[in-house]
Amino acid sequence: MAARFELRRIGLALAAPLLAVAFAALLTSIVLLIAGDSPSGALTTLVDAAKRPRIQVQILNLATLYYLSAIAVAIGFRMNLFNIGVDGQYRLAALLAAEVGGVISLPAPLHVTVILLTAIAVGAAWAGIAGLLKVTRGVSEVISTIMLNTIATALGAWLLTEHFSVPVAGSNNIGTKPIAASGQVPGISLIPDAHKSKVFGLIFLAVIAGVGYSVLLNRTRFGFDLRATGRSETAAVASGVNVKRMVLITMLLSGAVAGLVGMPQLLGASYSYSLDFPTGIGFTGIAIALLGRNNPIGIALGALLWGFLDASSVALDLEGISKEIVVIMQGTIVLSVVIAYELVRRYGIAQEQRRVSRDLSAGAPAGEPEGAPA
Amino acid sequence: MTASGLTVGAPPEAPRAVRFRLTWRVWLLVVLMFLLLLSFVRVVSDANDLTSSGAIGASLAAAVPIAMAGLGGLWSERAGVVNIGLEGMMILGTWFGAYAAFNWGPWQGVVFGAVGGVLGGLVHAIATVTFGVDHIVSGVAINILALGWTRYLTSLTFADYPGGGDTQSPPLPTIGTMSLPGLDDPLSDLEKKHWFFVSDLAGLLRGLTANVSQLIVVAALLIVLSYFVLWRTAFGLRLRSCGESPVAAESLGVNVYFYKYVAVLVSGGLAGVGGAFLAIVSGNLYREGQTGGRGFIGLAAMIFGNWRPAGMAAGAGIFGYTDALQLRSGDTSIHALLLLIALLLFAVAAWHFSRLNRRWATVAAILGGVTLGTYLVSDTVPGQFTSAAPHITTLLVLALAAQRLRMPKADGLPYRRGGG
Repeated sequence: MAARFELRRIGLALAAPLLAVAFAALLTSIVLLIAGDSPSGALTTLVDAAKRPRIQVQILNLATLYYLSAIAVAIGFRMNLFNIGVDGQYRLAALLAAEVGGVISLPAPLHVTVILLTAIAVGAAWAGIAGLLKVTRGVSEVISTIMLNTIATALGAWLLTEHFSVPVAGSNNIGTKPIAASGQVPGISLIPDAHKSKVFGLIFLAVIAGVGYSVLLNRTRFGFDLRATGRSETAAVASGVNVKRMVLITMLLSGAVAGLVGMPQLLGASYSYSLDFPTGIGFTGIAIALLGRNNPIGIALGALLWGFLDASSVALDLEGISKEIVVIMQGTIVLSVVIAYELVRRYGIAQEQRRVSRDLSAGAPAGEPEGAPA
Repeated sequence: MTASGLTVGAPPEAPRAVRFRLTWRVWLLVVLMFLLLLSFVRVVSDANDLTSSGAIGASLAAAVPIAMAGLGGLWSERAGVVNIGLEGMMILGTWFGAYAAFNWGPWQGVVFGAVGGVLGGLVHAIATVTFGVDHIVSGVAINILALGWTRYLTSLTFADYPGGGDTQSPPLPTIGTMSLPGLDDPLSDLEKKHWFFVSDLAGLLRGLTANVSQLIVVAALLIVLSYFVLWRTAFGLRLRSCGESPVAAESLGVNVYFYKYVAVLVSGGLAGVGGAFLAIVSGNLYREGQTGGRGFIGLAAMIFGNWRPAGMAAGAGIFGYTDALQLRSGDTSIHALLLLIALLLFAVAAWHFSRLNRRWATVAAILGGVTLGTYLVSDTVPGQFTSAAPHITTLLVLALAAQRLRMPKADGLPYRRGGG
């Protein structure tokens, strides 16, 4: 009996994302048909592209960044905190970490550690501003983190152009002083035949973040308090949780993980923060956290799906199809997945009610027919 | 997850003995005081653009998209639906507005911009009202979706025209302007004298009355109309009751779903008009990323205005002012604003001190001192920071004001018919 319910629960949990992806595929197909392109052709192009080893490496690398970003967002989500500012946090963190890494020179493991710690500290500090504003002044973190994103852009541009910049050789790009070899993390040849392109060495950082997230939330007192606060603030307060303190710590934690988002790219490929450092990963993280329902494995699948769509979409342009169709598909997936989760939740509750009422009416003593709930 | 999130740090409002009412006289006094302060800052810092008619006119134009987004937020949140998707609806408004303006004419563009916004609003309403999805989650998704759609549509439609491209439209026909007759020349003469206060007042009046785009007038009328509909009609009362206590409204026979749908659709439409304004009037073309987070700033303006139209308009005015200043000789003007901010912070400190609130008095005084120090030791504000001026202002204003605000009671909470 118990095993069957487990199975049903897993089935229900999987139904939502599958439904959403199917709906998004349908909608995207209709759009493509209206525009005069072939949906099956577009899909074949995407899948064919993903068969190439170079693209596979790219998928894994993108997914690493997306995963860290989504975990940062998910930490806040579990407590009803919307950290929309992951984008600004990771960009500022990457810039300052790159500068620190470029200026200092230390033995290899220490050098990397200092860079990572700088990134963590900067990310946490920037998120901490929003946390402080929330607990002391009651400012909604949704608005404050959005504003802090733009302010981070301005601050970053100022720091980069006025203080840190050295010209990047062979272009009119500017960037921070490149990080010496002792501060770089070599790539791994995970995928054969990918020639020179390698998977980020810091992919293990994403794994650690996922495991840490899971252990912290499910196996510690802090995680319990965090989830309790997210579920019911009043109940948490009643059980002695200091909500203000939790808000601040959660924001700092979320920011700390956000600070790491740019690290695999910085220490594995760029070695310097320049004007063309990837942006917008914070928003991707929000989408993936929603898709994966704040579950570390769900988020990993979502990150891989996003990585696949982004890395393979380049091939669409060669076929004369606008690659922006992928963004439509991603947006549709996010929106339909949250709707699907809600529908599945309602369906689950209705099922549960029916089961309870059936069990009760079957087990009720003969003298009390009105004992069965409607 | 509930969209309102946690509400720590906002203790329940204590009943005050004397109720302070914001009448139009008080408003006028506040505006005059502010102008006096600005005038002082202008004379001290020699930044004549602070109150020039050009800057005021530009502020008005910059305030309109923010105000339309804020008004949209007001409609939706008064009915209890948090609308973070305003930014996306605005993005839809820019593209739809540009497409129709390019093909048929500027006013058709405005109408289609509204239609685009309504489509975004419809998605938000279906997700939040019908399916009970968390409001902020749905809003974030709509922002992503709107970006994808407009990018795709732009590459399909505008790319082949001269002047157009994958990320922008060809130049668009624009909307005419209007002026109050007989005022322009005398005000212009007065303004050029740079007298204390008199010239500032002349600059303000001239900026507000000369060469104002007709769409700005329409936008102002929309704000007044919204106030009238929401606060002076039975329809508005029912709509607001859905934001305060949907269960009570339901028990009185109000169709809560219907009112929420109407509110969110109107909200999207207004944000769409704001987007169309950006494309047709401000930018004269559609460009990707044109909205630049103005939907969010509009939301902040609405919070600043305590979920009321007049306050929202004032907030939009402040954000529009900083937005316009940074485009007009931004480094010196924004630098002069530092002095203004320092003075305001000292005023806040004095106010806290008079209420025996030592802690916040100290915080405000220190912040004021730091700002004043920055003003004194520097000559200009780096260009990179001036672009963030509206956002820094938003953060500052919310930090100073957020605790005194009261949002609609059921704002962001899920509602299901018969669930009470």
